[in-house]
Formats: sequence, C-alpha cells, structure tokens
Amino acid sequence: MDIFRSIGISPIVFQFMLVNAILGLSIYLTLYTGMFSLANAGFMGIGAYTGVILTQNYDQSLLVALLVGMLLAGLVAIPIGLPVLRLRDIYLAIATIGFGEVVRILILNFDAIAGTITGERVRLTRGALGISGIPVMTQMWHLLLFLFVIGYLIVRLSRSRFGRSMAAIRQDEQAASNMGINVVLTKNMVFIMSAMLAGAAGVFNAHLVRTITPNGYGFNQAVDILAFAVLGGTTTFLGSIVGGLALTALPEMLRVAEQFRGVINGLILMLVIVYLPGGLVDPVLWRRVFRRRPPDKPTLPESG
Amino acid sequence: MNLENINWLQQIANAVWLGGVYSLFALGYSLVFSVLGVLNLAHSALFMWGAMIGLWFVLQSGLSVWLSIPLAMVGSAILSVALERIAFAPLRKRNAPRISQLISSIGASIFLVSVAQLVFGTQPQRFPMGSIPTDMIAGLPFRITPIQVIILVVALALVTALNLMITRTKTGQAMRVVAFNEKTASLLGINVGRVFLITFALAGALAGAAGVLYGLAYNSMTPFIGEQVALKGLTVIVLGGMGSIQGAVVGGFAVAALEVFSITLGGSTYRDAIVFALLFVVLLVRPQGLVGQKSVTRA
Repeated sequence: MDIFRSIGISPIVFQFMLVNAILGLSIYLTLYTGMFSLANAGFMGIGAYTGVILTQNYDQSLLVALLVGMLLAGLVAIPIGLPVLRLRDIYLAIATIGFGEVVRILILNFDAIAGTITGERVRLTRGALGISGIPVMTQMWHLLLFLFVIGYLIVRLSRSRFGRSMAAIRQDEQAASNMGINVVLTKNMVFIMSAMLAGAAGVFNAHLVRTITPNGYGFNQAVDILAFAVLGGTTTFLGSIVGGLALTALPEMLRVAEQFRGVINGLILMLVIVYLPGGLVDPVLWRRVFRRRPPDKPTLPESG
Repeated sequence: MNLENINWLQQIANAVWLGGVYSLFALGYSLVFSVLGVLNLAHSALFMWGAMIGLWFVLQSGLSVWLSIPLAMVGSAILSVALERIAFAPLRKRNAPRISQLISSIGASIFLVSVAQLVFGTQPQRFPMGSIPTDMIAGLPFRITPIQVIILVVALALVTALNLMITRTKTGQAMRVVAFNEKTASLLGINVGRVFLITFALAGALAGAAGVLYGLAYNSMTPFIGEQVALKGLTVIVLGGMGSIQGAVVGGFAVAALEVFSITLGGSTYRDAIVFALLFVVLLVRPQGLVGQKSVTRA
C-alpha cells in the first residue's frame, strides 16, 4: 500500500477510483448497445439522494440503501427510456442532457415541492446546500465485491443471447430488428441496467464524500462519466473500468492543483477521441503496438 | 398571486431583449449544425471568451464598451477557427461518427473554460462604473435601459446580416450547398474546407457578440457564464428545429418569453425545470422543431 500512497493513491482515492469504475461500466452498457446517453449523472443523483435519506433519516443499513437506490434509479429509467430511446445519436444525447438537468432541478427543489403538496415543512434534500455530515459507510470490500460481481455478470451477459443482441443493435439497428431481435425491449433493459449501476455508484459515492449537493449531479458529472468510457474505450468492458480508474488516479498522481484539472481533462478528452478512437483498452491498438505489422482489421468503429 | 399587479408590458419588454441575446447565441449553434451536421458544445465556451475578451479590452486599454463588441467577435472567431482545425477537422477527415465530434467539442469546451479560469480568475468581474449607460429611458410604460435596447438592435442587425449573407451571397450559397450535401458541393467545385472555416468563423463571431451583450446586460462575468446559456441554447435550437436559422431566432424569443413568464407566474425556482422539460417534450413530440422542415433542407 505504501507504494500506492507514495504516488498519491491513498485508500480513499482508491475507493473513489472503484466508484468511478462502476460509473464507467454504467455508461459502457449503453454505449455498447449503441445508445449515446448522458443520463448517468442523473441516475447517480437519484441513487445518492435515496441512499443517503435512507441511511440518515430512516436509519437503514448501507445494503438496504444500495438496493433501494438501485431499484429507484431503475424504476425511473422505465418511463424515461421508453420514449427517449427512440431518439438516436445527437438527439438522444440532448434529450438525456435535458433529463439530467430536470433531475438536478427537482432534487434542488424537492423540499419545496413536497412541502407544497403535503402542506408540511419537508427537509429531505435540503436544497442547494445539499446534505452534509454523511458518515463514511462505504468500505473497500463493498466496492471490490460489487465490482467483481458486476464484472462477472457483464462477462456472462456479453456471451449470452442478450449480449449478442446488444452488439447487433449497435452495429445496425435495422438489421438487428429484421433478424428478430426485440430492439425496444433490449434497449430499454440495457438502459435500466445502466441506470441501476449509476444509482449504485451514487449510493457508494455519497457515503464516501460526506457532502452531496444537487449540482454534483449535473452536466459536468455526466461529462466526467463519459470521459471514463472515452479514455478506456468501449471495445471491452475492461476499457471503461480502466478509464474510470485512470482518470480518477491521474490528477492525484500528477498532484496537480485543482485549477489545472479541467485543462488536463479537456485535453485528454479531445486528444483521445482524435488520436485513440478505440480508447486505451483496444485490442487492435495493442496488437499494432506490440507486433510491428499492420493490423488485420481496420480500427473498430466506435459505438454511437 | 394577483395577476392584476403584473406589468405585462414590462414582462414583454424583458422577454424581447433577452430573446435577442438567446437568438444570437443559438444562431451560431444552429449554423454549425446545419452546415456540418455536428453539435458544437464548445459554442458556449466561445460565448464566454467573447465576453471575457471584450471585458479585457475595456479594462486594459480603456476602450469604449461599444468597440469591445467587434473585438470580441474577432477574438471568438479566431478561437472558433482554431477549434475547427484542432477538434473537428481531424475527426471529419477520418469519417468518425458524429458523436465523436460531439465528445471532442465537450473536451474543447472544458479546456477553454479551464484556461479562462487560469487567465481571468473565477471571481465575478464587471465593466467599469459609468462605461455602461444605466438610466432608464423615460416616457415609456415600462422600464428599459438604453443598453437593453442596444442589445436588441445589435442582435437583430446581426441576425438580419447573417440571413442576407446566407440567402444573397455566393459564400452563403456555397454554405447552403455544403449543408445539403458535402459530396455534391465538392463535385460542384466548392472548396468545402473553406466553407467549414467560414462557418466556424461566423459562428464564433456570433457567439462572441452574444457573450459581450450578455455581459453588458448583467455586468457580472465569470468563466462560468457559458454554462448558464449552453443548455438553454440547446433548448432554443431544438425548439426551433435543429439547423434552422429562422428557427433559432424564433426559438430564442420563445425560450426567453417562457423563462420570463415562468418567473413572473411561478417564481424563479421552476424556471430552468420548465425550460428543460420543454426541451424533452419537443424532442419527443416534434423533433423537427416548431418551424421545422425535414432535415434534408437544413439552412
């Protein structure tokens, strides 16, 4: 552990890296199915607030908070996904950005709205100041176990009929539909799974950071999550995990001041998409690096 | 709430000048989308840089605030062209999916905003006292400052100029051909690369102008003012129909009106929620926008 600590990765940083790896998986699922959704930050916020309200106001355990947070994020994903997933690329991106903003604003004003409806004073989300003083309940083994289980399930999924449907939809939605794949069902199932993962990451994250505010789940967070998948690549599920780990560790390792992080993040996003379209974890790229011969296949087309 | 006490003329006046700024901002968004088919999310960063460049000239060299408008337009146009070269051109040459260009523009946006934070700091900055006329124009049934009138006039002038340019000039014609079909355009001997550069320069200039005007109106500038309009600009172009020039103008005024009246009627709390809910609904119900044509006849 000392080696890690000496390069700036303390156990707490490592926990944030693992949380972000979960977020990376969450966006990986939708991208792998060819859906460019930026709704993950919104679902993360739903999970975070649900989880914290359960553990703080209702004295529930983290496990209950995790399950309910995931469940709620998944439930919200159903009415959102059904209409929105009919849209494609840029339009889907815009609609999900809109969803994210609505979630942020609703969390911001939740107390006021609930207060008007019930006629009593409500103090649950506590407006723009957010909820502070949340105890650190997330343990390292929670995250490792969760990530391991999810990783296993995703490997199983990708080898299943359902997983192949996902890839088929990404490659050509029309053709997939003609082959008898239920495109609407598959897309919505994936969207729900992605939302549940984001919700889980939200619960874990909220019980690490101590303070959550609605603005922490806005457009900037959505872009951060996207950056995990872009850096790591979406060829395999490992890509977004690596992306999440790397992008969280990098600022700590470089020990850069807060104001330079944006410069670096922006540059990484731009340079990776321009020069490494497959991301870091791209088998074609590595084959090209290690064997000095031209790749057998052209670089994989990106999802979306 | 007592509806009698609302000065409706005042609300309309507020909506109209704000609409001018929104239209101007959304126009550049829309222009790039119609010609290149990409969504440039760094447009709001150019808007912010425009405001900052204008402010910088006024503070450093004591220029009049009016001269800062063209300077900001030039500055943002240069940035916009650089953006095209660095963030969009390599992807276009590789025939990368449109989403890659969207992602690269997000990266560019984060980069530009962070650099602005390093250069200008994060504290709100103002135009010096007395450089902006603040007295109300007398003799009207509503309160409006000269600056708000000027903002509206400048915005409308620029919108008209752009519209004339696109419909009446050779370059505008070339832009419309490229918007219709890039391959056809280059077969017809149009220098497509040049058209892209002109498009980005124009979009940057419009964003810069909108930025300065917004800065003059609120007189409180931080590197984050772009974020305040970025997503609203999205609503404007979605509402107006992606890539439609007239739509961007109509959408700009519609969103401004919606915002002003939702504050009057429901308080500022739900203003943004209403704007984004609208974005959501329009995309689902009428993706071609209010003044929509089908996407083949963009621009």
